[in-house]
Amino acid sequence: MAIEIQPERAEQPGGREPAGPAAARPWWMRPAFHTAIVGAVIGYLLGHLLGNFLSSAYQQNASSDSNDFPVVLGYVFMVIGWLAGLGVFNDLVRQMAGRPPREGEEQAASGLARYFRFTLDHKVVGVQYLIGMIVYFLTGGLFAMAIRTELLSPSYHVLDANAYLMVVGEHGTMMMMMMSSVVLGPFGNYLVPLMIGSKRVAFPRMEALSFWLTPMAYVILLSGVLFGGFPTGWTGYAPLSVQAGAGMDSYAVAFGLMGISVILAGFNLIVTIICYRAPGMRWSRLPMFVWSMMATAFLMVLAAPVLVGGLYMLITDRTVQTAFFVDQNGGSSYLYENLFWFFGHPEVYILALPGFGIVSEIIPVFCRKPLFGYKTAAAGMIGVSLLSFFVWQHHLFDSGMDPDMRPLFMLTTELISIPTGFIYLVAMGTFWRARMRLSVPMLFAIGMYLNFLIGGISGVFLSDVPADTTSHGSFFVMAHFHYTIMGGLIFAFMGGVYYWLPKMLGITMNERLGKIHFYTMFIFFNSTFLPLFALGQMGMPRRVFEYARNLETLNDWASVSSFLLGGSILIFLINFIYSTVIVRQRAAANPWEARGLEWQMASPPPPGNFERIPVVLSGPYEYGDPNALPVADLNPPLGVVSGALAETVGAGSGPGAGTGTEA
Amino acid sequence: MSLRARVVTLSAAFLLVAGGIVFVVVQFLVGQTPPVENYTSLAKNGQVNVTLQTSPQTTITDHPDWVTYFIKSPQTGQWVHTTFFEVPANTRVNVTIEAYDGCTPLRNPYFGHVTGTIGDVEYVNGKPVSNLNSWSGCTVQHTFAIPGLGLNVPVASPTSVNANNNLCGTSPCTSGPHQVVTFSFMTPAKGGTFRWQCFVPCGGGYVDGNGGPMATLGYMMGQMQVVAS
Amino acid sequence: MTAGSAPAPATAAGRSEPRHGLRILVAWVIASAICTPIVYYVWGPHLPPGTMSDSAAGQQWDNTVLATMATPVILGVWIYFGYALIFWRQKDGDTSDGPPIHGNTRIALTWISVTSAIVLSLAAFGTYELVVPAGAGAGEGPAPIWKPDGTTLQVQVIGQQWAWTFRYPQFGGMETAQLVIPVGQPVQFNVTSLDVIHDFWAYQLGVKADANPGVNNVAYTTAKRTGGFVVRCDELCGLWHGAMFTYGKVMSTSAFQAWAQQTRTSLAPVTKMLPAYALTYDPTSIAQISQAELKLGIGGAGGGYYPPQDPSQP
Repeated sequence: MAIEIQPERAEQPGGREPAGPAAARPWWMRPAFHTAIVGAVIGYLLGHLLGNFLSSAYQQNASSDSNDFPVVLGYVFMVIGWLAGLGVFNDLVRQMAGRPPREGEEQAASGLARYFRFTLDHKVVGVQYLIGMIVYFLTGGLFAMAIRTELLSPSYHVLDANAYLMVVGEHGTMMMMMMSSVVLGPFGNYLVPLMIGSKRVAFPRMEALSFWLTPMAYVILLSGVLFGGFPTGWTGYAPLSVQAGAGMDSYAVAFGLMGISVILAGFNLIVTIICYRAPGMRWSRLPMFVWSMMATAFLMVLAAPVLVGGLYMLITDRTVQTAFFVDQNGGSSYLYENLFWFFGHPEVYILALPGFGIVSEIIPVFCRKPLFGYKTAAAGMIGVSLLSFFVWQHHLFDSGMDPDMRPLFMLTTELISIPTGFIYLVAMGTFWRARMRLSVPMLFAIGMYLNFLIGGISGVFLSDVPADTTSHGSFFVMAHFHYTIMGGLIFAFMGGVYYWLPKMLGITMNERLGKIHFYTMFIFFNSTFLPLFALGQMGMPRRVFEYARNLETLNDWASVSSFLLGGSILIFLINFIYSTVIVRQRAAANPWEARGLEWQMASPPPPGNFERIPVVLSGPYEYGDPNALPVADLNPPLGVVSGALAETVGAGSGPGAGTGTEA
Repeated sequence: MSLRARVVTLSAAFLLVAGGIVFVVVQFLVGQTPPVENYTSLAKNGQVNVTLQTSPQTTITDHPDWVTYFIKSPQTGQWVHTTFFEVPANTRVNVTIEAYDGCTPLRNPYFGHVTGTIGDVEYVNGKPVSNLNSWSGCTVQHTFAIPGLGLNVPVASPTSVNANNNLCGTSPCTSGPHQVVTFSFMTPAKGGTFRWQCFVPCGGGYVDGNGGPMATLGYMMGQMQVVAS
Repeated sequence: MTAGSAPAPATAAGRSEPRHGLRILVAWVIASAICTPIVYYVWGPHLPPGTMSDSAAGQQWDNTVLATMATPVILGVWIYFGYALIFWRQKDGDTSDGPPIHGNTRIALTWISVTSAIVLSLAAFGTYELVVPAGAGAGEGPAPIWKPDGTTLQVQVIGQQWAWTFRYPQFGGMETAQLVIPVGQPVQFNVTSLDVIHDFWAYQLGVKADANPGVNNVAYTTAKRTGGFVVRCDELCGLWHGAMFTYGKVMSTSAFQAWAQQTRTSLAPVTKMLPAYALTYDPTSIAQISQAELKLGIGGAGGGYYPPQDPSQP
């Protein structure tokens, strides 16, 4: 599992300096986005045809009123066609046919076209993910605006009942599904190799595949609108989901696809972090962001398969009338609930942990102090990750689950707030006697801590079973998870964008607009979601379009604030587009004067990241210590690496020189 | 790309995206509500007459095998495929349902009990009825229920096997075995929106019968708008 | 909430550091001393869901305790952050780094012990409050273990898309669309569903129990006052989930008895149409269905996957 410094061979996957002499084909002849679309269309038609053919022979299916077979098969084949059009299978097929791979094209890539291709360069994948995630987030946000518009009045309905449910489901699923990779996708994929001193990730094809599944998941989910949407919200509870029309298939296939994407992304990162660290990058020197990526990736790999399995069962229940979840045919509605939440709870920690990682990475830089309690922080990440598998039944306290288990799950859920609290200990310790610089990333980090505090405390309310009897399924729960996920993760994501965009694209974002963005977003976010706690406690359930008249004022307040919140996110979008497309002000290599390894090279980093694998000399948080070594030696003397390999202790697991050629 | 080219591309992309959003909103979010039949202007002596029919299929839409209600338009006298209608407040609404569909047992036989009408009865072909047992006889085809007003009326079906096997084949129905059900109720003094639905339920081919026509506006459930003057 | 006991080292300029920890501690103690009693005494008695039943009162008590314990925690973090943002900012023109403090084992251990103590005591408290008032109004499933003493009034809550109906087995199994219960007597709600998952939420009574098809979910409460309460469906059950609500009433015992007897008599013909009272129902296959319907190929109620030869769809 060592990084081998290979001799110059043209078929090496990405991250190499342009070396191949072969002329690249013109962009429209190479597999890319345009061929992928063609493949997707052909695939859908083929799948639909096949589905019609199969289902006509299947009596059980014929007696059900909605024929989901062609829809599901159409989607599945559409995804396969999309991937084939992208050229995902090309190398595989060539290898199976015994032919040599295409040479040289990858390396010659530069400019905009490579972002529309299936590429093996982790930095390109990171930027693709960034743009994708912003698009998905904004789409989900638009649906949220529609929800709040409807909730302005308890009796006058802008959206009819079906349109409202459709919008609720689309908003929730778009956010929960796509935002699973909102940090790991762009920042994890881009930065982890840079942070650990590697030239590449362990499985570049897997990483690129995990990205290219997301546009398909997005399109499939949105296409549910054409079928009238799905009436279950993002949780997809059976048997309502078995009863629903064809829009439910969009949900099941899209979510399953995203689950697969998440598994691949997580798997890739775990192996990269364990096996591709540079010499000297001990576990105790690993940046906290990488720890959080590790914890998140483990959750992804272990929890998402349960989701994919459950959704597959849902699809078979809907298409071929299996009886997993339908009570009168011998199934159980509880089965789906438990399968879903066994995934669903680690999923929310998949969303929360990267937020912790980003803010823990940002605050030492802008406090000019080491991260307080490094081991505590790492223990917190791991503790949260581990415990998150033991708490899922707290979503089911009122469902009629075995009453004996409730005190147990109450205990585990209360316990999980202990490692979560470590993050605050670390933050407060880092602030102690710091020299705080309130630049935009730092503002977002502080906002994240303040928001997550409220989110976390409300979680303690929900973990208490008697208090949960009032709050379960109400707007209190909504406020809780919006505070933790949007107030926590999305604020951290925004902070990460402002912090790392100079590194990723070599472009600074406008500071003034950034500050306006932060203040408006923070104020209007709190203004939107704080009243929702009260609304829930006063008896308003989730996902309703009619509510008690006395709750109208609070709802109107929340709705107007949400429109303003949308406006503040528009400010972000304007800043992002203005800075990256119009102004394009070059960024310095290390504008924040940070010690992280990723900041010790040009912005953006060259292909291949490092000329030579660096030797890491100290941790990334050694601010304020005049005797601290620089974080790494980027030009280690020849023979250092092979010398490091010669002894079996000390230099950490890492790459070696391999074949005896000098580095 | 030069700055000018970038700005132009950006503006074009923005217009495209904005147009797409507007299209989705108009077409899929606000554009799917069925038409509303307006009876408010026809109130005479504090009464209004509303005529509906139930049909075993909907051959005029893209869901031909779904059962559905039709409402007779007060202005043209034609059957309109909708379940949304408007009546004035504080009025006696006299409802006539021409019921062309066949029988089904109710999922909850409680809904065979007439509640909320004037006299707590319905009239099946002129004869007063207060309970219809849908399990011990082929007697109920649908219900017309407005839960917000406590109104529930089981719609009687043709009772013989022969009649049930020869139901009308095109919709809206004009001939074929049917019952005529009439009842009346008072609308409240305050205006408001009241949903109504069938409680059989009538979504054949869907688990528990509540999919399809039961989950799509305009078929087996709809809205009664009470307009305060 | 750090225990501010770090000594005040001299800075490079020769001045000693102010006692930050002490200042923060004092600010926090004062703020907590003011706010916590306000939360407990002033806000507590008005917290949702009110005191109309013993389970609601128990939940209000839980909310009060949790809010009281949360107040110092939130204040602590806010005061610390506020202090940091005011006093620990980098001055203009200063480019130096902060002191290289990597950690403090004592503080970390204190933090871990304090948070663990709080959390474990809350878990114990929650368990006690769950067990003592007969399950705290939450649905306990078909085999409840926390039951009230005394004879209970049995009310079956049937959820169907999209309305609630209620059956009283002790009154001949009558089914009504009105929920009426007597004051002062423990009520056992047997919640079930005929189709998809619903959730019976009687807000002022503090009762919440999922209605699953084929499952009997039992919840208990005892109303302490007469009055009205709202019943809403709290689990997304399809199109009209938001409109699936009704109103219930708590009456005095004599008024309840009068209502029950009168309703039983007037609804006697309806009760004859209903299936026998059972804890769950599966109307998909009806044992005693009429000959006419059998001849038409109908064996059960309400949708499902009909065989293709079925002539007339309902």
